[in-house]
Amino acid sequence: MDFKLKIWRQKNTTAKGRFETYNISGISPDASFLEMLDILNDQLIEEGGDPVAFDSDCREGICGMCSLYINGRPHGPDHGITVCQMHMRNFKDGEMITIEPWRAKPFPIIKDLMVDRGAFDKIIQAGGYISVNTGGVPDANAIPIRKENADLAMDAAACIGCGACVAACKNASAMLFVSASVSHFTLLPQGRVEAKERVKAMVAKMDELGFGNCSNTGACEAECPKEIKLTNIARLNREFYKAHVS
Amino acid sequence: MVTLNSKVPEGPIAEKWTNYKAHQKLVSPNNKRKLDIIVVGTGLAGASAAASLGELGFNVKIFCYQDSPRRAHSIAAQGGINAAKNYQNDGDSIYRLFYDTVKGGDYRSREANVYRLAEVSNNIIDQCVAQGVPFAREYGGLLTNRSFGGALVSRTFYARGQTGQQLLLGAYGALERQIAKGTVTLYNRREMEDLVVVDGKARGIIVRNLITGKLERHFGHAVVLATGGYGNVYFLSTNAMGSNVSAAWQAYKKGAYFANPAYVQIHPTCIPVHGDYQSKLTLMSESLRNDGRIWVPRKKEDAEKIRKGELKANDIPDEDRDYYLERRYPAFGNLVPRDVASRAAKERCDAGYGVGPTGLAVFLDFKDAIERLGKDVIEARYGNLFQMYEKIVDDNPYETPMMIYPAIHYTMGGLWVDYELMTSIPGLYAIGEVNFSDHGANRLGASALMQGLADGYFVLPYTIQNYLADEIGTPRMSTDLPEFREAEENVQERLSKLMGIKGQHAIDKYYKELGHIMWDHVGMSRNEQGLKEGIEMIRRIRDEFWHKIRIPLTLNELNTELEKADRVADFLELAELMALDALNRKESAGGHYREEYQTEEGEALRNDDEYMYVAAWEYKGPDKPPELHKEPLKFEYIKVQTRSYK
Ligand SMILES: Cc1cc2nc3c(=O)[nH]c(=O)nc-3n(C[C@H](O)[C@H](O)[C@H](O)COP(=O)(O)OP(=O)(O)OC[C@H]3O[C@@H](n4cnc5c(N)ncnc54)[C@H](O)[C@@H]3O)c2cc1C
Ligand code: SF4
Ligand code: FES
Repeated sequence: MDFKLKIWRQKNTTAKGRFETYNISGISPDASFLEMLDILNDQLIEEGGDPVAFDSDCREGICGMCSLYINGRPHGPDHGITVCQMHMRNFKDGEMITIEPWRAKPFPIIKDLMVDRGAFDKIIQAGGYISVNTGGVPDANAIPIRKENADLAMDAAACIGCGACVAACKNASAMLFVSASVSHFTLLPQGRVEAKERVKAMVAKMDELGFGNCSNTGACEAECPKEIKLTNIARLNREFYKAHVS
Repeated sequence: MVTLNSKVPEGPIAEKWTNYKAHQKLVSPNNKRKLDIIVVGTGLAGASAAASLGELGFNVKIFCYQDSPRRAHSIAAQGGINAAKNYQNDGDSIYRLFYDTVKGGDYRSREANVYRLAEVSNNIIDQCVAQGVPFAREYGGLLTNRSFGGALVSRTFYARGQTGQQLLLGAYGALERQIAKGTVTLYNRREMEDLVVVDGKARGIIVRNLITGKLERHFGHAVVLATGGYGNVYFLSTNAMGSNVSAAWQAYKKGAYFANPAYVQIHPTCIPVHGDYQSKLTLMSESLRNDGRIWVPRKKEDAEKIRKGELKANDIPDEDRDYYLERRYPAFGNLVPRDVASRAAKERCDAGYGVGPTGLAVFLDFKDAIERLGKDVIEARYGNLFQMYEKIVDDNPYETPMMIYPAIHYTMGGLWVDYELMTSIPGLYAIGEVNFSDHGANRLGASALMQGLADGYFVLPYTIQNYLADEIGTPRMSTDLPEFREAEENVQERLSKLMGIKGQHAIDKYYKELGHIMWDHVGMSRNEQGLKEGIEMIRRIRDEFWHKIRIPLTLNELNTELEKADRVADFLELAELMALDALNRKESAGGHYREEYQTEEGEALRNDDEYMYVAAWEYKGPDKPPELHKEPLKFEYIKVQTRSYK
């Protein structure tokens, strides 16, 4: 397959970026999107050029490192997967593909297609955990947990922290990400203990870091590679309300 | 020859760890604050260790090459984590987990370490549940288990097909909590470039800031490596793209012994290779073998037709299918350990019964399980794995059997450590996959997560104090010391040399070639001649690499190609040591299969009289062969037998 690639190139955080166009040919439909970029990079190097910087590590949809905005959609056209899991068979031969980084103020561009998502770690630092030290905890079966709740907690905990939800949102809101973490812990008896403090602290941190408001458009849910549900945002809102009235 | 002191405590095996803890030295709370500990790596081992050490009050600095600690390779583990809880009441116990692990490792691991691992396994599950890890549960609200290869009990805890992710998020949460408290400082997007040794003790590291390209010096009273395994020496593996040997390799060159480098694990159930542009291989969790049955056609003609696309798997009637694992190993069937399953697949494919376009694949079939349990149950158990498979292969595994083939997955070898997890350099520790300690010549499924968390939560935070208690009088050192300066200069020189090659080819060209050499010569089965040839080829490719690569850009900026070159340069050296170790070990044990040493039925043949030892290699300089030190292995609590799963 042959493609025309329009790729965002930016030397560093402060430099001005621009699109560059590259042609690539002879790509197997079974190659993954990132493998296609590997081939482009090797080609650029052999031609004496500079490779395109992009993030990836696991290449199986779980580490959350890859973060490309393809033809106007985070993680590209296919639903429920990350860009590293997408194969070229999802594109038409000869197609022009536009590749950009996540664009959101709290995620500054580092270079080309790489962004800094340190803000997500800071939100977790504010309370995305259960405050227990190592050792001195009860037996794992001491507290039975409703299977339904454990399953819902797992659904929420499946978030990979990729930031596609923020990139998809016109307000750059981090609500889906924060709600996934809040839901995960709120649904478990161990996490209920600090539920109020957690939700307050995480939401405050999110606001402080410059993420926008949630206007219930649902673009985040539509683009989330792990299909994290908007119901988590509803749960967050309930928890937030409860934390403030009592 | 140096004698390796494993520092295994006296006393009966079940009491060793308790006795150790009762008598070891501890550091008082007010002194902990004065002691700096460097932890490199934020996977299960590193994150759990750093969080626990921070909680205790030490001053911890933690490093990773990713943007966030949550992205460490551990995140990708799918199937589960073992523990001897015996919640299923099926006869499990600490002893049995210990026994299975030693036997699974083909009697090439250190008994006392493995026993301790089994002992603390239960604490791990308790800890994770307290952190909110959403393990799978029964309707009654209690935890459920599944079986993994090499065990006759159900002792594996899991969180759907994302166990590693959930365990890591638990450890990451604990770590972030300490970062917020200021006990731990995170240095992300940093690559360790060298270890700093002062007066024979590990005292710091040199790292490269991957964003700015600047080299930085960091001091620690002790240094802990938790940098994972070296499977990427094969280019194609199930490891993350950035997984590397560099940190361990620098330690090796500074005097830490590298143990059993030839022991690598080839995982039987991965998606087969399909093209030379491929960048990594995808694992299909071993848990699939609970319900999936592995087979190839019984008739060669059928296999050939399948390869040509003239027949489909579902066209083959049951009587013409060879469920070769069930046939060869009736007791364990599809749940034999990984090395056995991988070799059996290779044997069938080499004999001409392989399927898929390349003939290098076997079927993993869920037809019977779906009939027996219903599609819903299978979907609940493996839904995300089936989806992953479908996305990659473009084929629906609910309807047609999966195709799988073995791939490089895990490395049992690694830095030699004693019972305290200290390497042969005082003050340098190695935890998790980067050390060699617990899995012998073959690791059982769901035991790496267990080991990483055991080391990080429950072992190192104790043992490191036994060392640090004598360091309370050592003030923080200035990083202007000559040892730091020299180390940084050496790194600068090495990186400049790489930049200065100014050839014309991308690194992948040589990296892929190294991968092929390793797979063909130091892979699933090895022989003397092949290994010798392999060494010659590795040397040749190393030489080409150092003359022909081109790294664009400069040292002082983000430079992904330089990062890759830096890692591949180390793999090119490690590769030779692996081949040398494989050549030295004239027996077959676990993942190390030498064709010259097999039984009449083609099973691995150990040589306990001559090779019941850990091979610990000492670096002697760039142009000298490394020196072999042997740590003899004694089995007092387990009767050494021929490993049989029949
Ligand atoms: C696909 C897959 C599935 C698996 N499934 C299971 C399973 O179900 N059960 C099981 O028990 N095991 C499983 N394993 C094995 C297990 O996941 C690993 O052995 C284990 O997670 C390793 O953890 P670790 O903490 O030692 O290292 P890692 O998780 O590999 O972490 C290494 C850390 O070191 C850092 N690092 C590395 N090099 C450098 C450097 N040079 N400079 C700075 N930082 C560096 C990295 O940034 C990272 O933070 C699986 C492995 C794979 C590949
Ligand atoms: S909620 Fe979805 S899109 Fe947002 S960070 Fe998590 S996985 Fe990514
Ligand atoms: S590279 Fe890990 S999710 Fe894409």
